[in-house]
This record gives sequence, structure tokens and C-alpha cells, in this order.
Amino acid sequence: MAILDKLLRRNTMSEVATAIEVNCATGEVTERPLTTEELAQREADAQAYASKKHEEEVAAQAAAEAKAALLTKLGITEDEAKLLLA
Amino acid sequence: MATTFTKIASVSVGSGGSANIDFTSIPQTYTDLCVKVSSRDTYSAAFLDVFMQLAGVTSSVYTYRRVIGNGTTASSSSGTDVNIPIAVHPGATATAGSFANYEIYIPNYTSAFNKSVSVDTVGDQNATLSYNALYTGIMSNTSAVTSIKILCQTSFAQYSTATLYGIKNS
Repeated sequence: MAILDKLLRRNTMSEVATAIEVNCATGEVTERPLTTEELAQREADAQAYASKKHEEEVAAQAAAEAKAALLTKLGITEDEAKLLLA
Repeated sequence: MATTFTKIASVSVGSGGSANIDFTSIPQTYTDLCVKVSSRDTYSAAFLDVFMQLAGVTSSVYTYRRVIGNGTTASSSSGTDVNIPIAVHPGATATAGSFANYEIYIPNYTSAFNKSVSVDTVGDQNATLSYNALYTGIMSNTSAVTSIKILCQTSFAQYSTATLYGIKNS
């Protein structure tokens, strides 16, 4: 659970997520706990962000593996490939 | 000489940290808005994204494009989301005491058109891995910008600051 909390950037019981709100009309600054809606939105955003990051990492890994496979097939190093393309 | 750049409000994050920084009841008497932010995250990572929502709109109406360099490579990305990414700021494992600096500009924030945003940001930590980025975004919603919410992934660290300015064109 702790790992999931970290992945989802969720605060634990000892940390109450708060927002600092500045009312620009009155100048009043208040610190308040996040509302239920804000907490739900925060969790949804975190899940979407984690999912997007994971997809990017998978795509980057696939691209790196395809590149390495091609270099092996050609029998050249990455530096040699850069020389060819320079 | 006309005063064209006026401080509306400022906030400094205290020792407890804060998940959001919200500017509410923004006066509708200026032409443009500008927010200057210095921030850092409490999460245990080198760098993390920062996001923004306008006028309390939380639906997927924000389209953005980003050009970013990390000290080694440059890249770009784009997308549509429930918020606009506006910065990459240092987390708890970045060099101690390092903060990102960024400036958010929102022109014609009272207009009845979609709202555009531009941001320039530097997420520095006095090490090779540091970020320079430019962001542009549009909120496809015609609401006037009466509030600005700046969100980080865990919590803004103590001493993070944000100052909202109003800009008049005359």
C-alpha cells in the first residue's frame, strides 16, 4: 500500500493535504484541508499521470531495444552509426 | 507615468507545505495577469511536474505544448488534459535549497474567448540535470479567469512563493 501511495503521490494519515488560498479581494490567506472533490481529482490526476509516464517509459524502452537490435543486425556501434549519419 | 504592473497578492508556503496554491476572487480590472513562482516539491524525486487550472475549470479542456531541455537532450510534447503543465521543479532528492523559477502570463483574462497561457521556466539544481522549458496552453472555455490554482504532485515545500500581478495596457 505504501508503494501505491507513493506512486499515486497520496499522503498518508499523518500528512493532511492542504491548500493555501489567497483571496485577492480581501488579501486574506487561509490554509485549509483539500475538499473531498479536490482529493478525488488529485488521485485521478495522479493515476492518469502515472499511467501516462508508464506508457512513455514503455515506448522509450521499446525504441531503445529496436535501435539496439538494428545496430546488432548491422554489426556497428552507436558511435559508428552517428558517423554514418553525420 | 501609468502604473501598468501591480502586485495583487503574494503567498509563501510555510513549514507544513501545501498541495495547492489558489488565488481566488481575482479582480477583473486589469488587462493581463502574470504569476511569478519559485517552488520546490517535498516528494522524493529529482524533478516533478507542476500544473495549473484556471477559473475552477477541472474538465479536459486544456491543450498544451512544451519544449524542454534537461541539460543533455531537448524534446517537445503536447496533449490535452484536465490541467496545463507549467513547470518542472526540484523534488526532495535535488540539490538542497534549489528552487524552480517560472513566470506564467495570461493575456486578456477577462475576455469572452478561450484563454491562452505562456510560461517560461527554469528548474535548476546547480547540476547537469536541470531543466529549461517553454510552455504554451489554451483553456477552451470562455469563463473569465477569476481564480488560478497551481498544483504540484505532492506538496510545495516550505519557502516556495507565488506572487500574482495585474497588468494594465495603459
